[in-house]
Amino acid sequence: METVYRVMDALLPFELFRYAFMKNALLALLLLTPLLALLGTMAVNQRMAFFSDALGHSALAGLGLGVLLGLSNVTLILVLFGILWAVLITRINRTGSASSDTTISVFSSAGIALGLLILSGSGQYNKYSSILVGDVLAIAPADILWLAVALAAGVLLWAALYNQLLLTAVNPQLAQSRGIAVKWVEYAFVILVAVAVMLSIRWVGVLLINALLILPAAAARNVARSVAQHALLSVLISVFSGVAGLCVSVPLGCGVGAAVVLCAAVCYAVSLLLGRALRVHLQA
Amino acid sequence: MSQIPSPYDPTHGHHHQEHMHSEHCGLCRIELEHVSVSAGGDTLLSDVNMHIHCGQLTALVGPNGAGKTTLVRALLSQIPHTGQIRHMDNQERPLRSVRTGYVPQQLPFDKQMPVTVTDFLAASLTRRPVWTGVGKKTRAQVLEALALARAEKLASRQLGQLSGGELQRVLLAMALTPTPDLLVLDEPVSGVDQNGLCLFLDTVSALKKSRHMAILLISHDWSLVRRYADTMVLLNKTVLCEGTPDTVFGCETFREAFPAAAGKEA
Repeated sequence: METVYRVMDALLPFELFRYAFMKNALLALLLLTPLLALLGTMAVNQRMAFFSDALGHSALAGLGLGVLLGLSNVTLILVLFGILWAVLITRINRTGSASSDTTISVFSSAGIALGLLILSGSGQYNKYSSILVGDVLAIAPADILWLAVALAAGVLLWAALYNQLLLTAVNPQLAQSRGIAVKWVEYAFVILVAVAVMLSIRWVGVLLINALLILPAAAARNVARSVAQHALLSVLISVFSGVAGLCVSVPLGCGVGAAVVLCAAVCYAVSLLLGRALRVHLQA
Repeated sequence: MSQIPSPYDPTHGHHHQEHMHSEHCGLCRIELEHVSVSAGGDTLLSDVNMHIHCGQLTALVGPNGAGKTTLVRALLSQIPHTGQIRHMDNQERPLRSVRTGYVPQQLPFDKQMPVTVTDFLAASLTRRPVWTGVGKKTRAQVLEALALARAEKLASRQLGQLSGGELQRVLLAMALTPTPDLLVLDEPVSGVDQNGLCLFLDTVSALKKSRHMAILLISHDWSLVRRYADTMVLLNKTVLCEGTPDTVFGCETFREAFPAAAGKEA
């Protein structure tokens, strides 16, 4: 870690990054944002924005359950609960008994309610309410190491899964006719999203995590024409928002997560206008 | 539910597949015996018996709700069925697996998705994730596939911006790569003009001869069926009439099912 800090000192000779907590926060954001941005491209294509929102909300229930069981490893219980929630929502959606936004809404509210119930009932609400907005400035070096491992594993899995997922996203029947196990590809994807979201949620917050998954990919989609452009732009926008948000928020003394998401929202607005101009230009 | 091992597993190289193919002596015909499908208490197909031969274009016709798409899904192992679907080679030995190319009736998808034709085909041809870019070799393979369907010019277009006929040609290119034993065309009529359609079927007919593949065409376009089909099957839950187009067009059951068409054909 010391080496990393020294490299950062050499690369970033700014007053702002003199403190270790700032270096940690920057590292965390540099690790979080690319994976979320990559997964986001497919979440947007598959119209899963609402799904990932519900997933984020379920973190409260996961936290509550962890408290109830007296578990000290918060991250582990969050990840396990996230996977459970994601698989349950997907499973119920596959049976097609209600429209998917209805199902997701039920899971979303149930997740919040269950979390609040347990946390307030056990008198620990104040202790854990920080997860609502997250605090990337509080990240420890050990957590960063975990994020790095998660990023590497996530990107590898994502690379292995991507082509099959793309064909499935275009049309599941066609994908199936080409020998793709559509069902398992979909489950693998939602589990991957669940893990990425849950590993990030303590630092970004329940209320903001979905924005970080969806906004960069949605912004990139406004201007991208190919899959490669979509992925690259999404990652660039996401990393830019992360770094810009951090640099702006600390001197101003406001929440980092909020500043990052606002930066991404601005990128979205710009890309919307740019995309329109581009289309007019192409048609002319 | 019978599972056909995935013929499109991209772990196997193209050459390896070609090799396997010659070893098997190739598919000769597909035999359906007593094939029935039911779902939720409804009988969708009942006791279907028919053969689909290689080097022939078999037209599958029938009224709406006759179970044509159900039959295709059973053939593709997408839904469970009772009875037997056997794939035989030219020495009367059963084959374990066949490659099926499927051109769906319509492809409902998100037209705003930033996916080019090259991305789409590359995703089905290689393991390298398309978001890292498409390599030279794959790009050549994509163009080769598109050329089969006379669609090379569409390579850099966005999938969502193609016309109905253009999309159909891209789907045909995908279905033909790697070369299938059985090609299923599910009503390739919708949204395509007559000229485009004849071009499409001329292409398919040429491949039928050069690659000796079995083609199953679902269609309601009688002039098209008469012009291109070698064999014709009238389906309504079960096979009502089969034979050459002349035989089926002259069938009593066909005239009952499609009085208007039969009048025109007579």
